[in-house]
Amino acid sequence: MTTTEHTSPGESRVVDKAQYGLAAGIGIAGAYVIYDATTLHKGFADQPVQPYTFPYIVGAGLIVLAALLALATARGDVPEAEEGEDVDLTKGSDWVTVGKLVVVFALNFALISWLGWAITGALLFAGTAHVLGARSIVRSLAIGVVLSVLSWYGFYSGLGLAIPAGVLDGVL
Amino acid sequence: MGSLDLLMQGFENAFTPTNLLYACIGVLLGTAVGVLPGIGPAMTLALLLPITYSVEPASALIMFAGIYYGGMYGGSTTSILLNTPGESSPVVTAIEGHKMAKAGRAAQALATAAIGSFVAGTIGTLLLVLFAPKLATEVVKLGAPSYFALLLLALFAVTAVLGSSRLRGFTALFIGLGIGLVGTSTGQPRLTFGSPLLADGIDIVVVAVAIFAIGEALWVASHLRRRPLDIIPVGQPWMSRDDWGRSWKPWLRGTAFGFPFGALPAGGAELPTFLSYITERKLAKNPEEFGHGAIEGVAGPEAANNASAAGTLVPLLAMGLPTTATAAVILLAFQSYGIETGPGLFDSQPILVWTLLASLFIGNTLLLVLNLPLAPVWAKLLQIPRPYLYAGILFFASLGAYSVNFQWFDLLILLVIGLLGLAMRRFGLPVLPLIIGVILGPRLEAQLTEALAISSGDVSTLWSEPVAVIVYVIIGATLLFIIGNGLRTMAANNRKVDA
Repeated sequence: MTTTEHTSPGESRVVDKAQYGLAAGIGIAGAYVIYDATTLHKGFADQPVQPYTFPYIVGAGLIVLAALLALATARGDVPEAEEGEDVDLTKGSDWVTVGKLVVVFALNFALISWLGWAITGALLFAGTAHVLGARSIVRSLAIGVVLSVLSWYGFYSGLGLAIPAGVLDGVL
Repeated sequence: MGSLDLLMQGFENAFTPTNLLYACIGVLLGTAVGVLPGIGPAMTLALLLPITYSVEPASALIMFAGIYYGGMYGGSTTSILLNTPGESSPVVTAIEGHKMAKAGRAAQALATAAIGSFVAGTIGTLLLVLFAPKLATEVVKLGAPSYFALLLLALFAVTAVLGSSRLRGFTALFIGLGIGLVGTSTGQPRLTFGSPLLADGIDIVVVAVAIFAIGEALWVASHLRRRPLDIIPVGQPWMSRDDWGRSWKPWLRGTAFGFPFGALPAGGAELPTFLSYITERKLAKNPEEFGHGAIEGVAGPEAANNASAAGTLVPLLAMGLPTTATAAVILLAFQSYGIETGPGLFDSQPILVWTLLASLFIGNTLLLVLNLPLAPVWAKLLQIPRPYLYAGILFFASLGAYSVNFQWFDLLILLVIGLLGLAMRRFGLPVLPLIIGVILGPRLEAQLTEALAISSGDVSTLWSEPVAVIVYVIIGATLLFIIGNGLRTMAANNRKVDA
């Protein structure tokens, strides 16, 4: 997703190419919604709104909107990226950090059934804090362990819900 | 029983030690997350939805209401001390408030924001108590065709009236409607990609947490500000006699702007806070002070902001129509208790609703009492190290989504929709229409089915009720206006290009 995000008015037309990708994605989603609708059968004979009625409308809407978005992109329409207190839009986008966060996140759901929340939650916190630039790994791990174990006991005694403990079953 | 008796009973219920404790927690938590960057009341409520599995409905809703009002208070602290508007505070507060803070008047800016919010919140809640039950008794008489039309209006208004790009608004809405289709319809799996885990649909809690928390954290991570922000230190907020004299009229005028706009289906605080700002600038004795830290420019918009928040609870409680992200998550909380939201709410759950309304008064007062002395503490929160803040958001988001079913599959969905949330922020797609689409889409389908089932398939039933006709006229007129406007700007752009 390398793009030009900032244009000041008066500059020549800049096309945000990544936005074509978004339009394509939305168009494909719309087409899939319609395809899925064609696989649905009629419900009861006297049912006024069939299960495929809304999907047809939504799918068609998505395709029309995708086309309009592609048209707008070609005409030089650039998105207003969202601002925030900690968001610095003057620098380029750091997709590497996002990629690393996604990997840490994926590790969490890949391992959670086996290791349990108390372990993977701590790793999730320490991993994401490290990726985001926390200096001390030891401290991040310590905070992560405290948070995940406390949240496990908080759910157990506070809400009466036992989060599956994984390999720590019986230990916690 | 009259409204007053019901309200008194509500106060009785809200004043139990447990509920007071939840109100306090809500108010403190709400202010804290309002102050903290990157995390707003809608996200916090989404993260806290799991408590609805075991906490009493009244207590949870009292806490949620405290977070709603507290979040706005905290947001104004951030914009005044940091000059960056957060999720829940008016842009104009940042303009005047920060200028005041720079001129050494941070204490007065915070004080007029806090007291103005209290005044507006209290008047707004009073108006809510007056109007919502009356509106509900009228709406409850409407048939399915009218209710279907109102749902359409809410979807349309939230999408078309708010935000800068209609195209992106409608795109977000249709993505939301698409997510809402996933599940089972008439005994057949619909859009489940063949997975039995999706047969019950995607849990809205997971969608809300993913869009609000994961999407936001990933987006911030891709643009994290590396240098520290300049934070203006602040002492105890206070105001001089002169400041009071300059503030009280803007508070009242701001309230008058905020409440009606909040109560409209196109609720939201942007328009009324802006109107309040222009009005104050026009009426001020020294208009040249505006842009350099005029206290009226903080007092008016802050009041308008809080009054509009109270206003958005009118369509939420009286019709079951959420018009802001936070209201949408409060609606989810009602639903996860299995409470039927809609015009019948006042009749079916009188104790719960009136306790909630009473707790709004209590929460508002607590905010004032707690937050004036705590302002310096809140200002310290702004210095929390960002890696820990965002790691914490990802941690609690995962916990919240996992606790829905204790299935790793929900975490996968959380990530996928979180990436969608990231893309939406990158491409300027507004989040609110998506969430409203996910929530109201299935209800739209159900109301249409009900309306057509009653008329045995005769489509003309949809415009057989006067309210429905009026609503369609409003939608049509707005649509014409938007299209006309769009064509005009397009023509203007073409002229510019040609020249």
